[in-house]
Amino acid sequence: MHVPDGFLDAKTIAATGALSAMGIGMALRSGRKSLPPSRLPLMGVGAAFVFAAQMINFPVIGGTSGHLIGAVLVAVLMGPTAAILVMTSVLIVQCFLFADGGILALGANILNMGIVAPLAGYAIFTGVKKAIPGNLGIVAGAGFAGWCSTVAASLACAGELAVSEIAPWNTAIPAMANIHMLIGVGEAIITMLVVVAILRARPELIMSNASVNVPQRPVTIAGYILIVALALALFVSPFASVWPDGLERVASTLGFEHRAVTSASSPFSEYQFPGLSSALAATALAGVFGTIATLLLTIVIARLIIPRNRKK
Amino acid sequence: MQHDILDRYSRGSSPLHRLHSKAKVILAVLLLLFTISLHPGQWIACAAVAAILMLAALIARIPVSYLLRRMLIIEPLIVTMALLALFRPDGIALFLMTTAKANVCFFIIIILSNTTPFARLLDVARSWHAPAMLVNIIALMYRYIFVLADETERMQRARSSRTFRSGKRVRWISRSQIIGQTFVRSTERAERIYAAMCARGWK
Repeated sequence: MHVPDGFLDAKTIAATGALSAMGIGMALRSGRKSLPPSRLPLMGVGAAFVFAAQMINFPVIGGTSGHLIGAVLVAVLMGPTAAILVMTSVLIVQCFLFADGGILALGANILNMGIVAPLAGYAIFTGVKKAIPGNLGIVAGAGFAGWCSTVAASLACAGELAVSEIAPWNTAIPAMANIHMLIGVGEAIITMLVVVAILRARPELIMSNASVNVPQRPVTIAGYILIVALALALFVSPFASVWPDGLERVASTLGFEHRAVTSASSPFSEYQFPGLSSALAATALAGVFGTIATLLLTIVIARLIIPRNRKK
Repeated sequence: MQHDILDRYSRGSSPLHRLHSKAKVILAVLLLLFTISLHPGQWIACAAVAAILMLAALIARIPVSYLLRRMLIIEPLIVTMALLALFRPDGIALFLMTTAKANVCFFIIIILSNTTPFARLLDVARSWHAPAMLVNIIALMYRYIFVLADETERMQRARSSRTFRSGKRVRWISRSQIIGQTFVRSTERAERIYAAMCARGWK
């Protein structure tokens, strides 16, 4: 998902640069106020940890392999503010050392993978953790958040490519969304397995880091929500104007991918009468069912893999 | 361990290496800006930038084989992303130009990172008043990338020498456990680093 230089045009570079500068600025401000100085080395080593974790390959179908992205894992382990700073550092070093992602495209890459992914993921993680008590909530929340953040980041990335007039809206967004709904499954499973491994070895690291030590001030939360909302408004919402063709494909994929809900969503994805509102309703419903199916699936997997002998 | 593939030639002694790092960063950004502003069809300008870069690589004595290897690693990512352009009406020209532009831009970054040690780049960031906290995190990260990469590789080797069953499930679980263990060790290492920093007078 690292966008190289040469893909984005000047206005996209400027807009993503400004948005990610705002996000990093807020994280730095909040970090100076709320993170104790002893956290600085942990953020540095944590960034190196993300790098090392990304080097480990997981076998996927047919000889291909994938690796962890890690935005949600870091947000779960260290809190959202530290996650923004850690992921930003990772992306900057990847850009200058690996040339993985461009220098001018750095703003876009930081926005997608360093700001939107950890923030959206952390919000979802917190929600699921509150709804389901104990280790099950933590593991399932981390997995579901990993899936959602991967899809959210890919949507923002596709939007940036479409705004830059590299790819047409009605193929860029569905193509990126479809691929990353699959990649997100891998991200979710690895995130859950890693969280379980840490819960087994040092449960206090997860209990303390994310929930107790890092209080989020309301101003910071509002700021973070604003940044994510602006990013989505600029780069994903224009898609609504090229609606009928594109989103329908996402809808049918969603209905197809999650066979468990096919029967429920099929009346909507095979809608008979033309019109914007019905397409919108079908897509929204298919999306909602697909997402719920993913959530249920993560809860089932989480129940299978959580450590049994250690109760919270 | 061969992690120096990243910036193997950054510590050379050619005129390009001795050039002030600020000048190199500014030059690189100007070249990038020029390259991304090219439209489909402006092949000569694109080739001119590539020629300048070839000259730079020659002056900096960066071997062609190394450049080609770095290019090959990144090429699939560039081409996959550029494939999206084929869906546009003027697709093929746009696809070719975007791929060419992305490669030239990639070349610029490779030359920059192989003529300038990473610590000098951080100095440039500091002198331009980049936020101290972020620069410190990146400096710490650069210091420990190689340590942690070695550590995970050791753990993987230890794990594979003790694993007699194979299969996807086992591999996914054991590799996740290695990542989890790396995090646990990272936090412990960070505590030691903080103690050491305090002992040396860091506030």
